Amino acid sequence: MTVWEKLRPYGMVAPAIIMFSLFFIYPIFYMIYLSMFDWNFVSPTKTFVGLQNFKDLLTEPDFRQVLSNTTIYTVLTVTLTTGLALLLALWLNRKSFFHGFVQGAIFSPHIISLVSISLLWSWLMDPEYGLLNWVIGLAGFGKLEWLSHPSTSLISLVMVAVWKGLGYNALVFIAGLQSIPSDIYEAASLDRSKPWTTFTKLILPMLSPTIFFLVIINMIGSFQVFETIAIMTQGGPVNSTNTLVYYIYEYGFRFFKIGYASAAGVILLIIVGILTMIYFKLLSNRVHYR
Amino acid sequence: MKAANNTLGGTPIGSAAEDKWTISRSKPAILRKALRIALATLNAAGLLTLVIIFAMPFVWMISTSLKTLPETMIFPPEWIPSNPVWQNYADAWNTGPFLNYFVNSIVIAVGILILQMLTIIPASYAFARYKFKGSNFLFGIVMVTLMIPAQLIFLPVYLELSAFKLLNTHLGLILPFASSAFGIFLLRQAFMQISDELLEAARLDQAAEWKIIVRIMVPMVKPVLVTFALFSFIAHWNDYFWPLVMTTNETARTLPLGIAKIREVEGVATWNILMAGNLILVAPILAVFFMSQRQIIKAFVYNGVK
Repeated sequence: MTVWEKLRPYGMVAPAIIMFSLFFIYPIFYMIYLSMFDWNFVSPTKTFVGLQNFKDLLTEPDFRQVLSNTTIYTVLTVTLTTGLALLLALWLNRKSFFHGFVQGAIFSPHIISLVSISLLWSWLMDPEYGLLNWVIGLAGFGKLEWLSHPSTSLISLVMVAVWKGLGYNALVFIAGLQSIPSDIYEAASLDRSKPWTTFTKLILPMLSPTIFFLVIINMIGSFQVFETIAIMTQGGPVNSTNTLVYYIYEYGFRFFKIGYASAAGVILLIIVGILTMIYFKLLSNRVHYR
Repeated sequence: MKAANNTLGGTPIGSAAEDKWTISRSKPAILRKALRIALATLNAAGLLTLVIIFAMPFVWMISTSLKTLPETMIFPPEWIPSNPVWQNYADAWNTGPFLNYFVNSIVIAVGILILQMLTIIPASYAFARYKFKGSNFLFGIVMVTLMIPAQLIFLPVYLELSAFKLLNTHLGLILPFASSAFGIFLLRQAFMQISDELLEAARLDQAAEWKIIVRIMVPMVKPVLVTFALFSFIAHWNDYFWPLVMTTNETARTLPLGIAKIREVEGVATWNILMAGNLILVAPILAVFFMSQRQIIKAFVYNGVK
């Protein structure tokens, strides 16, 4: 083996690894470092404050509201998206032209820019002239304020997220269902297993890797929700839709409190890190494997 | 699936035989037939509702984009405007430097794609095919990158780009995505599945290693490359967050930012102009989606199954 042959693999991975180190790995450490300073972004000096930023964050009522908003948004979005997607997948898992068409239709929001989706739904949810209020008016209900009232704003954002993510989730489930060997179904029907039993004892365990995968990526995605909030509500009304990434964005780019915003970023990093670790832990321990 | 008559929503596939048994034993033929028709109707109605829920917003977007402002406030709505106002599209286009936005969007999405191809192909090949010291550690870096959402570290990256004087440049929007952990992950899997015999045969011919890679190995993983390219292009074409955060003026801004800005220029309630602008952004993607729906769905779902 020549020296060149020994060095070759390093040369081949180097460009990618350098990019990752520059734009992912190094920024993580830089953010942790910044979180311990008081800095306004223009001043030449950074003042070391230790863990003060974290203390401030955790005692700040606004931040607590942000954490609770983010958690509520995440739990609702993930449960509804994953649950409804599973039902849809069981229903739509057929190979016919029409089913293919429906699958395409429910998937389409997934490849549309969140900017478009946010603007479109802001219009649909307009309290005065929105189509949604007209539709529920036809059904005999009164007008809703949707995004403009603190009691409905967060749930309206959840609706949009579910609408966007449902098709993708359902198609991942369908792919999961199709990877279950058909002789297992045949065995179950020969045994005269009841539909519910087939579902809970057979399909659900076989699908568990898919379920965990979707729950985790939906959670990670929901925890960093930004676009819909920036365009549809700007965190309001009265902070009712302010979430973590939007909060970091505002403190970093509007109030120039870099250290404080970085501390919030570190907290988000810890949350995502824990979720990722749970994912791998569950994947290696509990989840059913063929 | 042979469960053709099993149409009840939520009923697992395997139960078709069961249904047939119980029904045929307990009910006369005519009732069975009626039940089957009722279920088929229910199924069709359900599917139709689904299509409406997902397609109606888009139809409404097109409809609104062709109305005058007073017409957008009329209920019950006129779905197909009698006098379509094409001017709305021109108005939307003229709210900002849209040609600029358009070019920026293409330069950035294509630039990212080219750099990603150049970095992920050799890296994934090395990870899949060579044994070398430290490969586990280096692949660990890839995995960490795969797990960390870029949205989480935008603040330090912003400071970094600002130090490199790369804010408001195309390069500044391209470089952070010059490689893709997801791409390496996908391609590595594909390279690992190629049989060794093929490689041995090529090596016996004394072909240079890079020639083997370019002429033999890369063509074999072409489907995965296409899959990844679609995924990457759509994701970066649609991206709003990075161009928003990494730019302070119009020079490098992209289409999604231009569309979002219409609201500031035209006022909050000019929904007809906004929807026209929105369509400029959505139409290319939807057109591509209709043309290669299968491929695109595969591209996005693949990631969930592997």
